Amino acid sequence: MREIDAVIIGGGPAGLSAAVRLWEKGVRNLLILEREHELGGILRQCIHDGFGLTRFGETLSGPEYAQRFIDLVEEYQIPYVTDATVIDITEDKKVTAACRDGLLEIQAKAVILTMGCRERTRGAIRIPGDRPAGVYTAGVAQAYINLQNRMVGREVVILGSGDIGMIMARRLTLEGAHVIGVFEVQPYASGLPRNILQCLDDYGIPLHLSHTVTEIRGRERLESVVISQVDERMNPIPGTEKEYPCDTLILSVGLIPENELSLSAGVQLDSRSKGAVVDEHHQTTVPGIFAAGNVLQVHDLVDFVSAEAEELADSAAAYLRDGELAECRLAVVTDGNVTHTIPQKISGTSDFKLSLRVRRPIKNCRIRLVQGGETVCERKMAKAIPAEMIQIPVKAARLKKGEDLEVKVEW
Amino acid sequence: MKNFDVAVIGAGVIGCAVARELSRYRLTIGVLEKELDVACGNSSRNTGMLHAGFTYKPGSLKAECAVEGNQEFDQVAEELDVPFKRTGKLVVGFTEHDRENILKFKAIGEKNGVRGMRMVTKEEIRSIDEHAGGEFAMYVPDSGILDPMQYTIALAENAAKNGAEFLFGRKVTAIDRREDDYLIRTETGEEIRARWVINCAGMYAPEISEMLGYPCYPTKGFKGEYFVLDKKAGKYLGIPVYPAPNDKGGFMTHATPTVDGNVLVGPDSYVTEDREDYSVTKDHLDGLIEDGRKMFDHMESQYFIRNFAGIRWKRYDPQTGEILDFLLEADEAHPRTVNLVGIESPGITCALPLARRAVAKLVERENPAPNEAFDPRRPGIRRFSEMTAEEKKEAIAADPEYGEVVCRCESVTRAEIRQAIHNPLGVHTVTGIKNRTRATMGRCQGGYCETRITRMIEEELGIAPEDVRYSREGGYMFTGKVRDDR
Repeated sequence: MREIDAVIIGGGPAGLSAAVRLWEKGVRNLLILEREHELGGILRQCIHDGFGLTRFGETLSGPEYAQRFIDLVEEYQIPYVTDATVIDITEDKKVTAACRDGLLEIQAKAVILTMGCRERTRGAIRIPGDRPAGVYTAGVAQAYINLQNRMVGREVVILGSGDIGMIMARRLTLEGAHVIGVFEVQPYASGLPRNILQCLDDYGIPLHLSHTVTEIRGRERLESVVISQVDERMNPIPGTEKEYPCDTLILSVGLIPENELSLSAGVQLDSRSKGAVVDEHHQTTVPGIFAAGNVLQVHDLVDFVSAEAEELADSAAAYLRDGELAECRLAVVTDGNVTHTIPQKISGTSDFKLSLRVRRPIKNCRIRLVQGGETVCERKMAKAIPAEMIQIPVKAARLKKGEDLEVKVEW
Repeated sequence: MKNFDVAVIGAGVIGCAVARELSRYRLTIGVLEKELDVACGNSSRNTGMLHAGFTYKPGSLKAECAVEGNQEFDQVAEELDVPFKRTGKLVVGFTEHDRENILKFKAIGEKNGVRGMRMVTKEEIRSIDEHAGGEFAMYVPDSGILDPMQYTIALAENAAKNGAEFLFGRKVTAIDRREDDYLIRTETGEEIRARWVINCAGMYAPEISEMLGYPCYPTKGFKGEYFVLDKKAGKYLGIPVYPAPNDKGGFMTHATPTVDGNVLVGPDSYVTEDREDYSVTKDHLDGLIEDGRKMFDHMESQYFIRNFAGIRWKRYDPQTGEILDFLLEADEAHPRTVNLVGIESPGITCALPLARRAVAKLVERENPAPNEAFDPRRPGIRRFSEMTAEEKKEAIAADPEYGEVVCRCESVTRAEIRQAIHNPLGVHTVTGIKNRTRATMGRCQGGYCETRITRMIEEELGIAPEDVRYSREGGYMFTGKVRDDR
């Protein structure tokens, strides 16, 4: 069994960023395990631009963004293995991966979870109707078109206004398909405003809010979908059904952090974020196992994924050096206006960055962090929307050591 | 023109079992199936129970074949290398009325020859399965669970190995009786000759029956919808737990573990006219959530991964409305035919016993020579996910593609997908590969592996992207390439 200080599970943007930073912090005995043939993760299929604006001040395609980190991995000669799928991680940090050479068995001192996320499927949202060919999640359609040169259809309906759905609306249009429209069950878009503008508005693709697919028709290939308007509780309104003939339905109805391996390692998950419960060090409930990127919480910008993974790497390097990290006993508690926060636990003695999302669009609000009735930190926002993650740096000097931290959204 | 000793119409579980039992004799056998794979209809659209046989009228074909099929299944599962667990079953009750109904069925079961049934107390229920509800229950040790798709595939592959030929995409539209044989016409215009015809057409059996000169027996469809729950919910259910049967002997919505560790919740039951309406509907799914929660305390949306529907086509008496027994007939007025109509639940359990009875009709008349090369064994594809660490290492050493995980959720490797693509029946639909390997059947539903599977189908078989099928002939996956290769 090989002994390695830090094993990084997944060579996508989070894993690459973590690896590079760990190396820069002096950690030399590390290894990236990647299931694909190449590094880069989901960015490999994201050939559109818009990546790196925050980090590099310029707009890059997904592969270009990934390449900047891959270049550093190569330059530093950070060890990595591709075509290796991790099949098990134990609580005492034994990692097993399958590859063509056999089973790779590693005893790690620290495990870095950067497995990314998966797409929510038709079954998860229970769309009634037939089961024909022609129903794809947005990411699968993107992989077919951008990586495999396979065209999925010609007459397209998109359900869900997630970012990938909108990006695929544009992509399909550019490849000659006709996109009938994007239908969103909520009364607001779930993707970024810039994607509504650049992917839908610029191409004359209509966005219909408060609408959903209530039936899928077609026994061999998709023939049509029935779309209904929904009420404020998101229940379809009888009488509003409209049938749209189409051969393709693209689902962009949410992303779920991919935590099967985390569970095998005994890591506790947060039912709100669907990712691990972590402290301000990005350490999970299992000491020495860390998580960042979309496996921890679904991000809207890859720049933030990289930043989060680098913060993780700083902590993991300290853990490897000192054997432990400051204890985090204080809970971060939220009111009903916030979906989740990262971290969920803090020490009260260090600076940290709080990430959160609001549950619905709220105008002219302030986000207040409170300890024992006293405001620690406050952020005023003209508009807070669920599509945009909010990040608030918190200074240790303002924190109390003995009180939980409450997050309140007020307007 | 293809020419067989026996044409079996329909490659559901019954047709495949008949083909397998026929292949014990020196006969040329053709199985004609309208779809692109076996078990595309209701053979795979059910709960996967190996029924013990306590609800069927004593002396009926259903009762006789269910008990026989149940009691021989350990050997069958071993021969055909299919997953099977004799879990036992709890039929739980809450009221005195429930008790009466349960005892009624216990008495029927005993008459039918079901072994070992006993009433158990609330405490005993808990010791059998800590998550099961109920004030009291009947415990039926012989009930079991199997994978109806894997079982049908195994029967078909075993039949193919022993000489049967499977012809997919052949919908039978007419059968002409001639002096010494039958001329079977298909929708594509093809003509196939066969001396014998065995009708195993499932829901379409009445039409084939009529083509053979038998009556077009009336059947009625009882549709049921299901939820498939994540394996994470599987740990809460070790044994099928059914509510007490209603006065007619029917079971309301129940929760059943699958051999793969998922949980099925369903079916409900409502009458349908449409032969192939396998759609799921909002009202019924909502109803299943409500009823399912009474039987299974983890009927939660976080575990929902898929829905499906099946239809039990029951033969009935139009005068009285009474549901009738399975029909198996062969007579001199319709020479060299065997007619099987109204085969529904418990058709999986009864498949081989029914097949033996059907084949006996031919054997009685023709006394064919035995197929000396007949081998009852059929090896399945070895599953990486079920191997120990040592077995995994050995498998990868022997075939490095066992080290390439294609489907992460179900840990299915490239070696398994490759074997499935080159299956003995020549099936190459995406769902065919899925059903042979479990790839795409996990919680991401193919989000990671489907693109890899379609690529492998194209590469391994050398077919064009527009010829890749999801599950049916018109179910193309791609309209073509995005750009021509440079």
